[in-house]
Amino acid sequence: EAVGILDVDLCGPSIPRMLSAGRPDVHQCDSGWVPVYTDAQKSLALMSIGFLMEDPDEAVVWRGPKKTALIGQFVSDVAWGELDVLLVDTPPGTSDEHLAVLENLKKHRVDGAVLVTTPQAVSTGDVRREITFCKKTGVRILGIIENMSGFVCPHCSECSNIFSKGGGEDLAKLTGSVFLGSVPLDPQLSTSMEEGKDFMQSFPESATFSAISSICATLLKSLND
Amino acid sequence: MADVPDNAPEHCPGTQSEQAGKVSSCEGCPNQKLCASGATKAPDPAIAEIGEKLATVKHKILVLSGKGGVGKSTFSAHLAHALASDSTKEVALLDVDICGPSVPRIMGLEGEQVHQSGSGWSPVYVEDNLSVMSIGFLLSSPDDAVIWRGPKKNGMIKQFLRDVDWGDLDYLIVDTPPGTSDEHLSIVQYLSATNVDGAVIITTPQEVSLQDVRKEIRFCQKVKLPIIGVVENMSGFVCPKCKNTSQIFPPTSGGAEKMCADLDLPLLGKVPLDPRIARSCDEGRSFLNEIPDSPAAQAYQRIVQSIQEYCSNNETAQSTT
Repeated sequence: EAVGILDVDLCGPSIPRMLSAGRPDVHQCDSGWVPVYTDAQKSLALMSIGFLMEDPDEAVVWRGPKKTALIGQFVSDVAWGELDVLLVDTPPGTSDEHLAVLENLKKHRVDGAVLVTTPQAVSTGDVRREITFCKKTGVRILGIIENMSGFVCPHCSECSNIFSKGGGEDLAKLTGSVFLGSVPLDPQLSTSMEEGKDFMQSFPESATFSAISSICATLLKSLND
Repeated sequence: MADVPDNAPEHCPGTQSEQAGKVSSCEGCPNQKLCASGATKAPDPAIAEIGEKLATVKHKILVLSGKGGVGKSTFSAHLAHALASDSTKEVALLDVDICGPSVPRIMGLEGEQVHQSGSGWSPVYVEDNLSVMSIGFLLSSPDDAVIWRGPKKNGMIKQFLRDVDWGDLDYLIVDTPPGTSDEHLSIVQYLSATNVDGAVIITTPQEVSLQDVRKEIRFCQKVKLPIIGVVENMSGFVCPKCKNTSQIFPPTSGGAEKMCADLDLPLLGKVPLDPRIARSCDEGRSFLNEIPDSPAAQAYQRIVQSIQEYCSNNETAQSTT
């Protein structure tokens, strides 16, 4: 499978670090910008503003119209090549970035959106509005994922619901959406992301791995249906 | 002229933008010639109006983060509660997260509405000396989405500052969404004729959070916004059963402590994870009242004290110049 990730979080681009892609130069070719590949087989292609910045600490202090313009270029001018799936990672909100992505993807087919929440009402309260955004813009909701769902103490195995419990499932029921599953809090997942390592390769025995795999399986099935 | 006039086309870049009147979306707009001439970019009179309106607000504190989900709104709400625990102080909390307004829920004010009077919009009062304004109070349903581009969000922020009847305040706290974009530029711009004490920056210990926070710090430097200090949230978790500490969000690059040392910024404090915080926020109650003896509440109180000291030193400095 050839997969692409388009990171449209222009103010806080986390994808380059999480996928250990560092800050390689983005080159131009005849068909546009060449995405950054994470491996020689070119199975995972990335594009992020993180690759376009000389100084990683430099702030991107842009108003909406400038963000909209760059996102347009990311969608239309990147030579993605043949991809099985293009994932678009977005910042929180229902504003310029989200509208820009949809507008530019209008001529292509958008299979749908996956919404991520934590179990707390403070989080699901905002995700309800994101669901409305999807309904208003005609984006199919593939499902809801509840992240940071409980923490199992590595010393005594007691499970603590640090960010409350059950909000993701409740939200799915309330809004008639599919509940894709929960992912627990896992310091090893956090560390892997920080170090740009592939958690799924490193910790296949973990409960977190099972949770993520099961969510992916459900998602892929609904994409193929 | 309004930032996005009523007769503007869909992709209006905003009358204050460098692109005003010059981009393809301006074609056909009745204001195009005016915008392109630069006339609309004269300083917005609202800035001076806001300067006058907020002259009776002693201290203004912005709560920022580069990253989402680190606990800005939780912090802003509890900072407001802590400052208002002194009944002689008047405190207000302004929520400029237009797309994701969490403040009403955290303050126990869900479902409240805003009223208009002769002197403007009335904020919603939690206590006699603690008021709140958020777009959440203007939405009729918890499902309503605010699908607005930058210019419209900016207009709302201007109204919040200019048209709300805040009264005389000791502290105005402004809670922001993550990022360095329209909301952040607007709040700084519209407050430019007032005296802003500074920004408190929230992070978690993770490098992916610090990475974004460093950008936020650059933003503050760019717009000459003083930084009061940094708060490291979600800093460790003590298991309630076995009492062992786990670093759920490991500080792989040294956490806020190292970042603050590198950038010569004050680390105001580290707040541990505590499941009771999430519960209090969901139920609209202050965890400083619910669990006052908890390590998290104690860490918060120390941080609030540092902020109060900073503001008082600012007051002394202001009065001696």
